[in-house]
Amino acid sequence: MAVETMTLFTSPVSPPRRLRSATSEAPEIKVVLTTIALLFVAIFLLLPLAAVFVEAFRGGIAAYLSAITEPDALTAIRLTLTVAAIAVFCNLVFGVAAAWAIAKFEFKGKSLLTTLIDLPFSVSPVISGLVYVLLFGAQGYLGPWLGERGVQIVFAIPGIVLATIFVTFPFVARELIPLMQEQGTAEEEAALSLGANGWQTFVFVTLPNVKWALLYGVLLCNARAMGEFGAVAVISGKIRGVTNTMPLHVEILYNEYAFSAAFAVASLLALLSLVTLAVKTFLEWRFADGIAVGRSH
Amino acid sequence: MSDAIFMRFRQPSVLPGFGLTLGFTLAYLSGIVLIPLAALILKSAGLGWADIWRIATDARTLAALRLSFGASFIAASINAVFGLLLAWVLVRYSFPGRRLVDAMIDLPFALPTAVAGIALTALYAPNGWIGQLLAPLGLKVAYTPIGIVIALTFISLPFIVRTVEPVLRDLDREIEEAAATLGASRGQTLLRVLLPSLMPAILTGYALALARSIGEYGSVIFIAGNIPYVSEIAPLLIVIRLEEFNYAGATAIAALMLAISFTMLLVINLIQTWNRRRFGHGS
Amino acid sequence: MRRFRMALLAAFGAATIATSASGETTLLNVSYDPTRELYRQFNEAFAEHWQEKTGKTVTIRMSHGGSGSQARSVIDGLEADVVTLALEADINAIAEATGKIPADWRGRLANNSAPYTSTIVFLVRQGNPKNVQDWDDLARDDVQVITPNPNTSGGARWNFLAAWAWAQKQFAGDEEKIRAYVGSLYRNVPVLDTGARGSTTTFVQRGIGDVLLSWENEAFLALEELGPEQFEIVVPSVSILAEPPVALVEGNAERKGTTAVAQAYLEFLYTRPGQTLAARHYYRPFKPELADPADLERFPDLELVTIDDFGGWVEAQPHFFGDGGVFDQIYKPASRS
Repeated sequence: MAVETMTLFTSPVSPPRRLRSATSEAPEIKVVLTTIALLFVAIFLLLPLAAVFVEAFRGGIAAYLSAITEPDALTAIRLTLTVAAIAVFCNLVFGVAAAWAIAKFEFKGKSLLTTLIDLPFSVSPVISGLVYVLLFGAQGYLGPWLGERGVQIVFAIPGIVLATIFVTFPFVARELIPLMQEQGTAEEEAALSLGANGWQTFVFVTLPNVKWALLYGVLLCNARAMGEFGAVAVISGKIRGVTNTMPLHVEILYNEYAFSAAFAVASLLALLSLVTLAVKTFLEWRFADGIAVGRSH
Repeated sequence: MSDAIFMRFRQPSVLPGFGLTLGFTLAYLSGIVLIPLAALILKSAGLGWADIWRIATDARTLAALRLSFGASFIAASINAVFGLLLAWVLVRYSFPGRRLVDAMIDLPFALPTAVAGIALTALYAPNGWIGQLLAPLGLKVAYTPIGIVIALTFISLPFIVRTVEPVLRDLDREIEEAAATLGASRGQTLLRVLLPSLMPAILTGYALALARSIGEYGSVIFIAGNIPYVSEIAPLLIVIRLEEFNYAGATAIAALMLAISFTMLLVINLIQTWNRRRFGHGS
Repeated sequence: MRRFRMALLAAFGAATIATSASGETTLLNVSYDPTRELYRQFNEAFAEHWQEKTGKTVTIRMSHGGSGSQARSVIDGLEADVVTLALEADINAIAEATGKIPADWRGRLANNSAPYTSTIVFLVRQGNPKNVQDWDDLARDDVQVITPNPNTSGGARWNFLAAWAWAQKQFAGDEEKIRAYVGSLYRNVPVLDTGARGSTTTFVQRGIGDVLLSWENEAFLALEELGPEQFEIVVPSVSILAEPPVALVEGNAERKGTTAVAQAYLEFLYTRPGQTLAARHYYRPFKPELADPADLERFPDLELVTIDDFGGWVEAQPHFFGDGGVFDQIYKPASRS
């Protein structure tokens, strides 16, 4: 598999195939299909991305730089990175634990558990923010109790972190579970029988087997965490310079008629996501084996 | 606690750490997802069934749900066709820049939805790059339900490509060869042999795309027009009810949508289980 | 696992402390969308004034958004010291839901706690190509109107009521005809944004619509920021006196020990610097004599009705904008053509 993909990458000609005529299409059809597919990608993916960068540089490079180095923008960038780091770390630990329990053991209610892990993925971001307001808000179930003890969750960083964790909840787990299921338990059992303890088995046997899928999950999780808007908008309180994340800052600038500045910050987010995609592609290209199995987000 | 209880519902294994990892998984899942969602259900349950029914069947709620579902359905269908095509082209053909295109597929996933919404609106507004071309044809995209479909197509684009791609890559070419040897034309092979084995993956991707689209907010509100009964999506209606300080109305619609998402996920899992039984592996 | 939880708690704790204990006094002003420019300057002026008067530094944090969603945030626990919103109804909602604002807050400051007022005017494209002069033109078939959604935007509610006020006068109170007029006006709306700023962007940046119903201050600001050569203001025969009120959130301020400075902040709005800045940012000052006469000249004279003509916000809010209220009925499919 890996070899085949790499051949595809390095040589522009089709890989050698037996019985090509029977299991492949005529060259004209290939060209037509490829063209349609590329047009679709160009219209739906490239154009929006291009629009972001064109608008961002409309005011010139100096304006672009000043928009992203302005103090409120810097606070927003710092906050976004902090929140993403915490959210990714929490979901990483969770993802590994959940994958271990689900993939390495057989127990009742497993498929319900996997469904529940997937649930945040299909919950509207508006609802994801709302549930924490209902729970921790001043009118919420736990809010007044926490308020008396001086703990502020909504409209502060903990709330933003929680909403972000919720939205990116399944990412690492989803990447790991199918792969670890596929790999079975034979290697771990062998390690144990050779006298390794559980922790050693995990670190030296399981982890190397899943490290690329793990990294892939982390990257996706991180990309989504940095970009979340709807859920965070409900829970942040939008205090300028304090609880504004980058996506919220984009909206604020946009609402202040600072269109170029808004797109400048947006382009920074787009750039971050492009870097994520580039790293991901590199990983896939370099280590296609470990990742290909679990891809079904 | 001890192992005795666990033993009853799990099969024995020599691997350690089951209690720890499952315990942590359950605790974390409860704390982050289940308890907050329970708060939502509790809040809307405070209304009583009669009120929930009234809110759920209110003409404006129904119109919003119909729009959210309808637009998501169309967007997922567009992506089913083009996603399948894209996956096919990316896996089977080679052309310059193939890897680049493959990497781009995940872009809607990583690009913040608000940015996507603003960028799409800038493109499709009558004075935008694409809007300009469409305006003389009398075709309005931004601020109409078509705009919603465009935004949802954008955000749910990766799903079908990404679920179909690995299955297609794993698919044994020998099946196609066998079909060809037995006298099937290429068209017949595609339709009768390939499509059925890709179907579970397509359906899974379809359901994921649908689930994601129905709840989408950030990218849609910029491009939708947001006219009640015409281009007002269900998540926007939740926000509107909240801003009227009508928590009951908001949570009722939210709970309704939650029930729908959960059902859809169950369906996805059923498809996958069925698929596993049929083909001996997951998609 | 325990260590992980401790780490998590520590992270949350550190974050909370970092936001609350930043040394000097910090005020949080939770406001609506169009006041951004005004309060940016006003906050500087007040911080300077406070420094001179007491020798202490004060930092004012701002949060802007739709008036209704801002009020909801305060209800849900956003720790505002003062709220400066678009509508009395939104502050009433905070008072009722939390008790952090006294029920008689309107009487605590002069002019019903509205240090500045505004009204609703039309913004049209240069040369007024559709020849829009008054409210009746907005119901014409060939005119497209941009206004935000009254369900989510405070400004939009003033827009709605201003149109209603004109129709009330025009049709001598014939409810049937008023509804028909307002209905046809809203059927000319192609985009119902969630906030006033969103509508301005749609009109100005996307080039949609012939008329933007707008706060007077927003219309002036749009002219100033986005091109005086592209747009012009049309003043209708009748409009509404919009009173964006301010209030001290006593419950929050007392707990944080900021009552004195927060109260001084609000009172400073009524002084010469406050009134001058309000007028400069196109708000009509409560005490025109304290503002710069050159700024005042920009405000056109027009007939203004007040919210009291609608029975006050307590009555108008549920009647017009509540769930199933007049506005909801306009869009019922049965009444659509």
